[in-house]
Amino acid sequence: MDEFREMFFVECDELLEGLANGLRTMEAPNFEKETVHAVFRAVHSIKGGAAAFGLTTLVTFAHRFETLLDLIRSDRMDTPPPIIALLHRSSDCLSDLVAAARLATEADQSRVDALLAELDALIDDDDGPADTSFEFTPITLDFNAAPAMAPAAGLQVQMKPTFDLYRSGNDPLALLAALRKLGETTVTLRTDGVPALADWSIERPQLGWDIRIAGAVTEADIRSVFEFVDDCCTLSISAIADEPATETFLPLEVAVPGPAAAEPQPADVAAAPAAAPAVNRPAPPLAEPAQGATIRVGLERVDRLMNMIGELVIKEAMLSQVIQTAGLHESPDVVAGLDSIRQLAGDIQESVMAIRAQPLKLVFQRMHRILREAADATGKPVRLVTIGEQTEVDKTMIERLIDPLTHMIRNSVDHGLEDAVTRQRRGKPQEGTITLSAAHRSGRVQIEISDDGGGINRPKVRQIAEDRGLIAPGSNLSPSEIDQLLFLPGFSSKDEVSALSGRGVGLDVVRREIMALGGRVMIDSVEGKGTTFAIALPLTLAVLEGMLIQLGDQTMVLPITAVQETLQPDQSMLHGVGQGSQLLANRGELIPIIDLCQTFGLDEPESEGGVLIVVESDSRKRAAFRVDGIFDQRQVVIKSLEQNYGRVPGVSAATILGDGKIALIIDPEEIILSLSNDHGRHMAAMASNG
Amino acid sequence: MLQAISSNAIGQSDVVAFKLADQDFCIDIGLVREIRGWTPTTMLPHAPSYVKGVINLRGSVVTVVDLSARLGFGTATPSQRHVVIIAMHAGRVVGLLADLVSDILTIDEDHIQGVPDIASNPAREFITGMITLEDGRILRKIDLAQLLPTPHGADI
Repeated sequence: MDEFREMFFVECDELLEGLANGLRTMEAPNFEKETVHAVFRAVHSIKGGAAAFGLTTLVTFAHRFETLLDLIRSDRMDTPPPIIALLHRSSDCLSDLVAAARLATEADQSRVDALLAELDALIDDDDGPADTSFEFTPITLDFNAAPAMAPAAGLQVQMKPTFDLYRSGNDPLALLAALRKLGETTVTLRTDGVPALADWSIERPQLGWDIRIAGAVTEADIRSVFEFVDDCCTLSISAIADEPATETFLPLEVAVPGPAAAEPQPADVAAAPAAAPAVNRPAPPLAEPAQGATIRVGLERVDRLMNMIGELVIKEAMLSQVIQTAGLHESPDVVAGLDSIRQLAGDIQESVMAIRAQPLKLVFQRMHRILREAADATGKPVRLVTIGEQTEVDKTMIERLIDPLTHMIRNSVDHGLEDAVTRQRRGKPQEGTITLSAAHRSGRVQIEISDDGGGINRPKVRQIAEDRGLIAPGSNLSPSEIDQLLFLPGFSSKDEVSALSGRGVGLDVVRREIMALGGRVMIDSVEGKGTTFAIALPLTLAVLEGMLIQLGDQTMVLPITAVQETLQPDQSMLHGVGQGSQLLANRGELIPIIDLCQTFGLDEPESEGGVLIVVESDSRKRAAFRVDGIFDQRQVVIKSLEQNYGRVPGVSAATILGDGKIALIIDPEEIILSLSNDHGRHMAAMASNG
Repeated sequence: MLQAISSNAIGQSDVVAFKLADQDFCIDIGLVREIRGWTPTTMLPHAPSYVKGVINLRGSVVTVVDLSARLGFGTATPSQRHVVIIAMHAGRVVGLLADLVSDILTIDEDHIQGVPDIASNPAREFITGMITLEDGRILRKIDLAQLLPTPHGADI
């Protein structure tokens, strides 16, 4: 039973996600009718499941919610913004109730009651006026208004079995027969998707049926017919919307008439065949879960696999070292064999990473709610635009991103955006926009949160930092350094503590959480235009492509993503500045040189020179690292140092080399930031000690 | 086997005894995971002087603490004959570098005495008790919690 229960909740998550999605689609003025149906179905399914598990609170609420949606569905209610807002709140509440039921805790009943009352008010209101409006408008009653009478006019069912249906021995004919028992049916075969015979595959059945059922038939009746084949055919049920003719059916010219094909309607030939299917079956705006075969696997199994692949990568490195020592590395057979093992290991690793990868959508989705709540709390009208939510990152990262992003969204609403009055004065639209975007960028995932607010008020930030003793008064700070002050612990830029984001948890916590994920946070702010926070994250927490470098007697790993170029400088390119500092003049650019031996407190080698590696930080700052040598480039498995020791400045993690020894993985970003100036060093120290 | 069971009787405990600068120390056997020979470590930048570095223990990164330096005897120069006692404390694995492991002993907890008021000595704060053995040797019992670098090693 517990297992079913858990399955129900997992399904609920998907349904709620679809629900929230659908509601957002409905914000647009001309949303597809199908969206409302999908939203309705989601709520209905949750209600059904909840009833099976005896979750009465959930059922009661879902029922009212569903009733309201039904009114919208049958065009008896419009969807002006206040209604949409109510729907959103109801959806939030529903997800709270589901969460409460899952944990067997109590949801905030007062809130539920308040919403129920609101819903009830709307539903009751509707009964009267909606009916009268029909009496008043008999003449203008056109086809578009017809759905209002849906229950009497019958329902339109679109059914398209997938291969699974046939494979499991079900027969569409039996389903059609069952439907016929519900009322008088008109069945039309849809052959629009059927390919030419040469391309035809038994595994991709393309036949679909449109069934019109006349009379007083309810959606539930139809659903019950499809109860056992629900997951192996696409099904949509709608009220009969318009006259049967027009574009509902296809012109005959499409291939292979199916056995049960009814007489094609006098086809609207004007409708281009290509356009017809689109009209016929509007691509469901609500992303239905893919019909492909999926399995649910416990995360720990995937993790175990990932760990083993990590070991495999290490063993492969060891093996190649042994082969090298044994002098076999010249043999083409050995080299070829080793190469293919290496390639295979890489492929396996990529596949496992793909298993673990999940679209950021899962996180972004939640942010809509956070934003709504933040907007309500601050009274600022805000909308959230999400871009690139299909960008995939590691599953563990998804979970750990929720808190930082929540905080940053709140921060943007609270501190980033001006209030409506100020916005108006500045000639901006009253409604603020926060854009949440994600994209893959050179081996990393970049997530950006930008607002179109007033930008960072730098003089004020500076003043606050001085007041709190975070910086010495009168320090010489560049604008970007001032922006960095926001990340200092104990910095809160609002004079008064606001109810929303000023809970003493500052951006420093956000930064620490992102850093724990191997990521960075950067700020870019333009006065009057807005502020962008960018988070750069590694694709995976398990493996990294690194350059093996020699520093004194130590081997270290430099992440390849940061490396721009390596060069053997001649003296003419090096310029001393003051005592001990050197600059590299490279293609007209002056780059500070950082001696890594010095940074890590290693004994410096006798020989001068070495190799310079030009690295670039995520904040576009460059530096040249002086190392004693570069000897390999390979995939390394990331091992946590913090687990058994703690954070080491300038080092992000450790790895195990082919000879079984540990090498530290350098964090170029931190080194660049900490050495760029003394002030930065001070900040970095404070941030890491926090 | 029988002896092992009887030795775990109430009031008794097993300890791993080891030598460091000609003094005898011990730690509770429950904390010890294994004992290994010395292998070269990878240094940790900015680490306290008593942190020798990290070693690879079957895929995990383990910090090695130079007990000799930690207890104020001066930095050890490890050789093949040195041992690393792998101990587990509060979920963290740590290696303790010692001269040699001498014995596994069963001691009566009654025999553990407090540390006498000796002059300020770095060793004192890490020693929780003294045990006098029958042959006249004295075992100093080490408190692992005090000894280890804090979770934020860089803070020290």
